[in-house]
Amino acid sequence: MSKLVYLVPLFPLIGFLINGLGRKALSKSMISIVGCGVMLASFVVSLLIFFDVKEHGATVVNLFSFIKAYSFQIPFAFQVDQLSSLFLLIITGIGFLIHLYSAAYMHEEEEQHFGRYFAYLNLFVFSMLLLVLGSNYVIMFIGWEGVGLCSYLLIGYWFKNDQYNYAAKKAFVMNRIGDLGFLLAVFWLLFKLGTVSYGEVFASVDKLSAFDITAITLLLFVGAMGKSAQLPLYTWLPDAMAGPTPVSALIHAATMVTAGIYMIARSNILYTLAPVSQTVVSIVGLATAIFAATIALKQNDIKKVLAYSTVSQLGYMFLGLGVGAYTGAVFHVMTHAFFKALLFLGAGSVIHAMHHEQDIRKMGGLKKHMPITHITFLLACLAIAGIPPFSGFFSKDEILMAAYNSNPLYYYVGLGGALMTAFYMFRLYTMTFLGSFRGTHEQEHHLHESPSAMTIPLIVLAVLSVVGGFVGIPEVFATDAHSLEHFLAPIFAESTKLAHAHHLTHTQEYIMMGVSTALIIGIILFAVSKFKKATSEETQSSGISKLLENKWYVDEIYDAIIVKPLHAFSGFLKNIIEKSGIDGAVNGVGKLVGYGSRQLRLLQSGQVGNYLLIMVMIMIVFVLIWFNDLSIMNFLKKIF
Amino acid sequence: MSITEILFFFLSALAIFSAIMVLVSRNPVHSVLWLIAVFFAISGHYILLNAQFLAIVNLIVYAGAIMVLFLFVIMLMNLNKESERNKHVWMKLAGAVSGGCFLMVLVSLVRQAKDFQEKTALMGTGDIGLIKNLGKALFSDFVVPFEISSVLFLSAMVGAVVIGKKE
Amino acid sequence: MPIQYYIYLSLALFSIGIIGVLTRRNAIIVFMCIELMLNAVNLLLVAFSKMHHGIALATDPATTAGIDGQLFVFFIMVVAAAEVSVGLAIIVMMYRNVHSVDINFLNRLKN
Repeated sequence: MSKLVYLVPLFPLIGFLINGLGRKALSKSMISIVGCGVMLASFVVSLLIFFDVKEHGATVVNLFSFIKAYSFQIPFAFQVDQLSSLFLLIITGIGFLIHLYSAAYMHEEEEQHFGRYFAYLNLFVFSMLLLVLGSNYVIMFIGWEGVGLCSYLLIGYWFKNDQYNYAAKKAFVMNRIGDLGFLLAVFWLLFKLGTVSYGEVFASVDKLSAFDITAITLLLFVGAMGKSAQLPLYTWLPDAMAGPTPVSALIHAATMVTAGIYMIARSNILYTLAPVSQTVVSIVGLATAIFAATIALKQNDIKKVLAYSTVSQLGYMFLGLGVGAYTGAVFHVMTHAFFKALLFLGAGSVIHAMHHEQDIRKMGGLKKHMPITHITFLLACLAIAGIPPFSGFFSKDEILMAAYNSNPLYYYVGLGGALMTAFYMFRLYTMTFLGSFRGTHEQEHHLHESPSAMTIPLIVLAVLSVVGGFVGIPEVFATDAHSLEHFLAPIFAESTKLAHAHHLTHTQEYIMMGVSTALIIGIILFAVSKFKKATSEETQSSGISKLLENKWYVDEIYDAIIVKPLHAFSGFLKNIIEKSGIDGAVNGVGKLVGYGSRQLRLLQSGQVGNYLLIMVMIMIVFVLIWFNDLSIMNFLKKIF
Repeated sequence: MSITEILFFFLSALAIFSAIMVLVSRNPVHSVLWLIAVFFAISGHYILLNAQFLAIVNLIVYAGAIMVLFLFVIMLMNLNKESERNKHVWMKLAGAVSGGCFLMVLVSLVRQAKDFQEKTALMGTGDIGLIKNLGKALFSDFVVPFEISSVLFLSAMVGAVVIGKKE
Repeated sequence: MPIQYYIYLSLALFSIGIIGVLTRRNAIIVFMCIELMLNAVNLLLVAFSKMHHGIALATDPATTAGIDGQLFVFFIMVVAAAEVSVGLAIIVMMYRNVHSVDINFLNRLKN
């Protein structure tokens, strides 16, 4: 069965080719059928592979030799194991739901652009699958770049809007910075070990010095920072909301941004052997989690809130990776994929109903108009806020417990972030669905529940968000109930061996869970009551809230310390170095020749007399030079 | 001072004076006449050097044919008036100075040249300048250049006709 | 006669020719100065020819050494005659076109 793994990425590739090449010929319904059909087929194969892996364990499927030069080889091979098969399920499953949703959401687009959209989406899924399936860092890098490209294409999908194009470019450039780190890490590995295949690298990890491992892992983490929007490279993700909402759900919430987590989880042995890198990862992750959560508190754009929430949740995942809770991080990737995709799709449903109004201050009271969206959105909010027994509770709890084991400070800060998460999510929920409608009458008149193609994915994801957590029930509730941990155990076996675990007592865990749950519920109630009577009036904010509304002025700071000086430097190079330096030198040579020629040309008077005069003078000089004899000089001196 | 020396200095003085007069005459016809005087002086030198054939040929070809051609052209163009505009005085000065320098440099070169010390030209005697000897050499050793020079003449004639012809 | 005398005389005539070429603008006068220079060279050639002949005669009474110098003069006259015929034709041509024999009018190539 595992031999058929190549089918998983092949289907989206076929879909991409059909939709991309035939986008002008195919009708919209054909395009949606092709786009969704390949995803469904891919999902079915993934499911089969998942159960196969569960039964028979991991294999490496070698397809063909990608790069071959003497003893150096990079095979095009797929790693079929617990981790990748789980990611396959997330990608193809959620991918399929989002494709289905897109078919309805994007229905207003022209046929040609509709085909383009599905082609990009299929290409994205193909690249993402390549990233996850590749059995070495080079194949992963191919997928890594592919998803970056698709992200760029889809953010700038409405390419007639300049702002969106800038957002796309920003995402691309930020990702490039990270990609450079990744690439350097791959080169470093190749240089030191001569191979980039996971199996061989992890087997020969003891050949690397501690410095090498630390450097490689830090460089890999730079790549992850770019792709997974961590400080300081996160600013592209909120701007990436320029793309269509299903794209935000699929790429910028569920799959692509978790590529960094996948990569680190995949390289877990390296990270376990590099404590410095682990500390860096956890601190960056935690800082991002808190930082993004504070920004999300004051955002008014429904998608921006979700975007900052995504950044924040990704920070939690990195915190989990940093403290060695690899299973927890992967678990959180999974649950986050469910509820965040659901939130984005729900937001998309709202935006669809509101005719592309995204400001939550102009919403409110949508509860009665959109019951399914409302219910599913509420479930997702509960899940992300971490209310038991919703999925987010289990995964976040696992990460925070692991953080406490590593350093209690991590736990307290992380808990603060979780409280903020609950606050801003319920602020969002309350302002959108509760209270009274604050938009125009025309908008109110058109409010409607979305078509079933959009609500079915919502319902499926809502169910997953609610029950998804039960694959990872912590040990305190039931012994050996954490089926995900058992499933993934072979992947993290080496790291588990190396990590010296000290577990909390069950009483401690109960107390911590109870306290955090109580605090979260309190925050939720506070948020609901505070924002229920919200008005659409613009309030002049000041102090810290103004700071938060403006996202800590990070964009402005980047603009001031990186973009502006770079522009100034470029301007300097262009106007001073280029114009007067290089051009000056080049033109100067030309001008010198021109000037010299003009002066020399005066000799060419065209007057025979002048020529003759010059000729005679030169003859005299030649005679003097050739017969350079003192006696001539003496004779001349005697005469004059 | 022998008669030969007296003749030499006289002819030299005549040649140089006439040459200068060629330069300074305003009227081209006078220049031509002074140039003929130079040629006569040079022919005199040839006779002193016992190069009788060249002396006669010089008179016939140069003083006769060529200078007549010059005169003919000058009169054809009616240039006997003072039609020449003055050159810029600085140009004249520069020409004279560079010519003088040229003379001076070469004279000084000759003065210190060891090759020319104590050498004399054979005056009055020696029969290589006689027509008989020259003719022998010309039609034996130099017969090919001689024939080629006839071709040169022919082409010069054709060239002169072509250039001078009115279209 | 010392050969140097002849050299000085030839140089003097040659330099006068040069000065004439440099200072006069009348093409015909310039031409005549060129003839003057040619004649200076001719004179020098004959003088050298006699010098060599005199040296050779001291060892071999029947020698014809130096005769080629005089033949050179002969050929120079041939060439000069040809040159004068073509040159004067050019001057006539020029006069017909620009109604002047000023050499400074011969600068058409410049433009």
